[in-house]
Amino acid sequence: MDALLNIPVLGFILQFLVYLVDVIVNGHIAPIILGLATPIALGALCGVMNERSGVVNIGIEGMMLFSAYVAFMTALFVHQAIPADRSTFFGVTPALISGIIAAIIAGVLISLLHAWLSISVRADQIISGTIINITALGLTSYLNRLIKPFDSAGTFQSFRPPAELINLPGVGWLFEMFLSVGPIAMLTIILVVVVQILLFRSRWGLRTRAVGEHPKAADTVGINVIGLRYRNVLLGGVFAGLAGAYLTLEATGSFQNNMTAGRGFIALAAMIFGRWTPLGAFGGALLFMGSQALGVAIRLAPPAGDLGTFLAGIQQSYPSIYNNFFTGLPYLLTIIVLAGVVGRSVPPAADGRPYEKESST
Amino acid sequence: MISRPRSYVGRLVVPALSILLALLVASLLIIASGLIGPEKKINLLLPLIAYRSLLAGSFGSLKGVANMIVAATPLMLTGLAVGVGLKAGLFNIGATGQVLMGGFTAALVGVRMADASPAIAIPAALLGGIAAGAVAGFIPGFLKAYTGAHEVVTTIMLNALSQLAISGLVNDVFRAPGFSFARTAPVGNAALTGIGGTNLHLGVLFAVVCIPLSYWLLWRTTVGFEIRAVGANPTAALYAGMKPRRMMILTMSLCGAFAGLAGAIEIQRLGYYPAVFGTSIGFDGITVALLGQANPIGIMLSGLLLGAMRAGAPLMQIQARVPVEIIDVIQGVILIFLAAEIVVRRIFRLRAPSAGAGELQTITRTYGEKVTG
Repeated sequence: MDALLNIPVLGFILQFLVYLVDVIVNGHIAPIILGLATPIALGALCGVMNERSGVVNIGIEGMMLFSAYVAFMTALFVHQAIPADRSTFFGVTPALISGIIAAIIAGVLISLLHAWLSISVRADQIISGTIINITALGLTSYLNRLIKPFDSAGTFQSFRPPAELINLPGVGWLFEMFLSVGPIAMLTIILVVVVQILLFRSRWGLRTRAVGEHPKAADTVGINVIGLRYRNVLLGGVFAGLAGAYLTLEATGSFQNNMTAGRGFIALAAMIFGRWTPLGAFGGALLFMGSQALGVAIRLAPPAGDLGTFLAGIQQSYPSIYNNFFTGLPYLLTIIVLAGVVGRSVPPAADGRPYEKESST
Repeated sequence: MISRPRSYVGRLVVPALSILLALLVASLLIIASGLIGPEKKINLLLPLIAYRSLLAGSFGSLKGVANMIVAATPLMLTGLAVGVGLKAGLFNIGATGQVLMGGFTAALVGVRMADASPAIAIPAALLGGIAAGAVAGFIPGFLKAYTGAHEVVTTIMLNALSQLAISGLVNDVFRAPGFSFARTAPVGNAALTGIGGTNLHLGVLFAVVCIPLSYWLLWRTTVGFEIRAVGANPTAALYAGMKPRRMMILTMSLCGAFAGLAGAIEIQRLGYYPAVFGTSIGFDGITVALLGQANPIGIMLSGLLLGAMRAGAPLMQIQARVPVEIIDVIQGVILIFLAAEIVVRRIFRLRAPSAGAGELQTITRTYGEKVTG
C-alpha cells in the first residue's frame, strides 16, 4: 500500500481517495454534508414535481429566497409576541412552527404565479422563472433594508442520537448523518423516499408522468392536464418553501440578502443529474455539496503526508483562493455534470411546452 | 419571428402600460411599508414624494442628467448582451459574470499601462475587457451547442465562479498595498475621468456606437440574418444550410463582449478593481432587454429609463426614505406585467396583437435538447 501511495501523480490521487473515505467515515462531516444538501434536495424535489408534469421551473431560487425571508420574519414576529421556552423536541417553539407554515404558504403563492404565467398565460416558462428570481431578490432586499431585524427567533436544534450508535464501527457515520440533524433535514429524507415511491408506484405518479411526457394522450384518456399541472407546481412550492425555511430557521437563524446564492440552480442540476427522479436528485445534492463540505473537513482534520503538506502550503500562500476553491466546487461540478460528463439524460418529452386543449368544433 | 410588420407606436403600448402598472403596484408597496417602516404610519403621499425625488435626481439638474447617461451606458450594453442573445433564442443571464470578467481584465491591463498615454491605455483596457467578456460568453455558448447544457444554469454557475475566482485573485495575487480593503492598484491613465465637472466620460460614446452597430448587424448583414433565423427555428436554419451550433457560440461570444465592455467601462470609471465588486448592471440588463423587446432601439430607451431610476434612486432614499431596492421591485413587477401581456391588454381593453404572443417565447424550447448542425 505504501509503495502505491508514493507513485508521483497516481499516488497523490490514491492518497486523496484514502483520505476522503477516512474523513467521511471517521471525520464526523456526514451530518454537515446532509445539512448542506438539504436545501438542494428540497429544491430538486420542487424541480421534479414541476418538470415531471411538463413545466420548467427556473424560479426555484426566487421561491426559496422569498420563503426564507417570510419564514424568518414570521418566526421573529411570533417570537416577540409570545416568547416561549424551547421544547426538548428539536428545540421546537411556536415561533419556529409558524415560520415553517408561513414559508410553505409563501412558496405555494409564488408557485401559483409561476403556474398561472406558464400554464394559463402560456408565457415563456424560463422567462417566468427569471422574473420570479428578480422580483424575489428585489422584494426581499427592499424589505430587509426597511426593517432591520437585530433579534432572531433562533433555530431548530439537531437531534442527539445515543453515542453508542454513532460510534458503531463501519456504519456509525451513517447513523450520525441521518440522525444528528434538525427536523427539516430529517423530513427531507422521508419526502425524497415518499415522492420517489408515489411518482413511480401510484396512480397520481403515473398520471403526472403521462402529463409530462404526452399531455395530449393523457387528455384523451380523461386526465385533467391543466389541473394536474397546477396541482403539482403548487406542491413543488411546498418543497421550495421548506428549503427556504431550512436556510433561515435550521441552518443559520438569520436572513441575508441573496442568501440562496445560486442554490436553486444547483438544485436544478442535481435534478438533471438524478435523471428527474427524487432519489437520484438527492444523490446529486449529496455529491455537489459534499465537495463543499470537503473544505470544512480539511480544516477540521488535515490529511497527513504529501497531500497535507501540499494543501497547507497553498492555504498559507493563497488563503482566499484556497477558501473560494471549496466554496466554488459545487458550482463547478454543476457545470461539469450539465455538460454531460456523466452521460446524457433526457428530460420529460413535454417539458416546457404549454398545453392547449384543442377546441371541439 | 424573423420580421413582423408592426407599427413602432403599437410596440410601445404594452411596455409603457407595464411600466405604469408597475409604478402603481410599487406605490401601494411604498404606502403599505410605511406601516412597518421606522415611522409606523401610513402616508398616502409618500409614493409621490419618492417618485418626485427620483425624477429630480435624474432630470433635475445638468449633473443629474449626466449621472443618468452615465448610469444608462453600461445598462444599454448589458441590455444588448441579453437582447442579442434573445434574437438567437439564447437567454444569457450570465451578463453579471461577463461584466466581472471584463472589468477585472480591464483593470489588469489598465494597471500595466497606467503610465502610458491615455490615447493608448484607455482603448487597450477596454479591448481587454471586450476580449475577456467574449471568452466568458464563449464558454456557455460552446457548452450549449455541443453538450446541450442549458445556458441559463451554466451562466448562473459561471457568475458565481467568476466572482469567487476574481475575488481570490485580487486578495491573494493582485492586492495593492496601503489600502484598508482588498483592491488592485489604480489604473492610472486608463481611467475614464469625468468631463466638464460632471460624471460624463468617453465611455458613453461606446454605448452610443453599439446600439446602431448591433441594429445594423442584426438586420443588415448575413450573420445577423442567420442569428435571427437560428433563434426563430434552429431546425429550419439547419436545413437552410446554416450552422446553428456555430451561430450559438458566435452569438454568446458577442453577448459576452458587450457585457465585458460594460464591465471595463465601469471599472475604468472607478479607477481600480475592488475584491468585492457588487454591481447590478448584469441583472438589470435582463430587464432592459425584455422591456426593450430585444430590439436595439427598445434597449436604448429602456436602458435610459432604468439608468434614470438608478441615478435618481439615491436622492429618493435620502429625501423620501424609500430604500433604493424599490427599483429592483419595480423592475420585477414591470417584467411580470410584460410576461402577462394578456392581462395588461385586458385591463386597458386593447386588441390582441396580430401574430403570436411575441418573440420571447422561444427560449424554453431548447431546454434540455441537443443542438444539431
